[in-house]
Amino acid sequence: MMNPQIKIEDLHKCFGELKVLKGINLEIEKGQVVCVIGPSGSGKSTLLRCINRLEEPTNGKIIVDDIEITDPKNDLNKTRRHIGMVFQQFNLFPHLTAKQNIMMAPLELRLKNKADASRKAEELLERVGLREKADAMPRQLSGGEQQRVAIARALAMEPDIMLFDEPTSALDPEMVGEVLAVMKELASMGMTMVVVTHEMGFAKDVADRVLFMDEGIIMEEAAPAEMFSNPRNPRTAEFLKKVLNP
Amino acid sequence: MDLLRVFGEVQPLLTKGLWITVEVTVLSLMLALVIGLISCFLALSKRAPLRWISKVYVGLVRGTPLLVQVFYIYFAIPQLLQLMGFDLRFTPFIAGLITLTLNAGAYLSEIFRGAINAVNPGQMEAARSLGLSHAQAMKKVVLPQAFRICLPSLVNQFIITLKDSSLISVIGLADIMYQAKIYVGRSMEAFATYTWVAIYYFVIISILTQVAKYVERKVSS
Repeated sequence: MMNPQIKIEDLHKCFGELKVLKGINLEIEKGQVVCVIGPSGSGKSTLLRCINRLEEPTNGKIIVDDIEITDPKNDLNKTRRHIGMVFQQFNLFPHLTAKQNIMMAPLELRLKNKADASRKAEELLERVGLREKADAMPRQLSGGEQQRVAIARALAMEPDIMLFDEPTSALDPEMVGEVLAVMKELASMGMTMVVVTHEMGFAKDVADRVLFMDEGIIMEEAAPAEMFSNPRNPRTAEFLKKVLNP
Repeated sequence: MDLLRVFGEVQPLLTKGLWITVEVTVLSLMLALVIGLISCFLALSKRAPLRWISKVYVGLVRGTPLLVQVFYIYFAIPQLLQLMGFDLRFTPFIAGLITLTLNAGAYLSEIFRGAINAVNPGQMEAARSLGLSHAQAMKKVVLPQAFRICLPSLVNQFIITLKDSSLISVIGLADIMYQAKIYVGRSMEAFATYTWVAIYYFVIISILTQVAKYVERKVSS
């Protein structure tokens, strides 16, 4: 059997006195889409940010593609190239056009020459439906467009894992759909995805597994159909009741 | 009291002084940019001793008047060196240059540090998540944005340093102010002379401000 693509063992994270993650164990297979749900402050985002070590784990082990990324000897910059990340606040580079945003990292890291990077950027813009916005500055784009460029920017590094940190939470409601559509397409192409989200519809339709987190641990984990129709943990049931029937 | 008559006499002196003023200001600002950048990176370092170097430097400059700094460099330091067995004296120009450089460098250090801190931390995270090193992310993402943020304060510091350079005349640097004092001592035409001095400074600073506005428009579009 193949090793899981992401393997997390007994992950702990403290911010000073505050314990945010209290022992996470998780395995994610290649091509799986895993949605992480839970109340705010439950540690969902922190878990995600530990996977590419934007947060330094306090304790525990994270293995991605058979490389232990929590090993201090590991070249983090190399590892991160394979792990794309999409942020709640998009974080596009405001001084660069949409296309330059996408080309910047492959060029700076000398993975592509200018012509190839440009071709790839156009292809990605096409894929997220923003071909005509190549030369627009981020501030000229709507939130939904910015987030789609941000996804394209992450894809330009040709990652085999994509992390999404509440990618639609900062969007106006009418723009949520266009971003989720791009994510759905990505999932259908076999991308391994870990998605922290409040979009229960997306979790239901797209996820292979749903994790419910609360108070720094994974309280429940199940296939979406089961999680949403028949939650076992009373905390999960309570949370779902609140978000599904507000 | 005759402004135009005095201008005819004082103009060659003031113009001569103007070049000294411009020279000492431009040179010290160029050096101060380097020192300010170095001090700023020390201030942002992970290592506490490096941060302390910057803190002490900025604190000393901010905590003492420029006039005291000029006297210290021109009179105090050479005496100290003499006691230690070195015979080193600065010309007024060199002493002025050192003083203005150290002074502006400290303020620029704070301006740069503030601008870098003002860039949204999400920018650094986004760049790092793509696999860029800290240095690459600084170069391609953070510093270009910090530069835009600090441009107005940078121009402001340039203007302050230009004006501050008039203080260097007290140790005998032959700048605009020095030339004016000499002329007033000779002719007693204080009103007319200092009016022209004020106009000289006002005109240079207005030109500088216009150039700065143009540059600001250029980079923000």
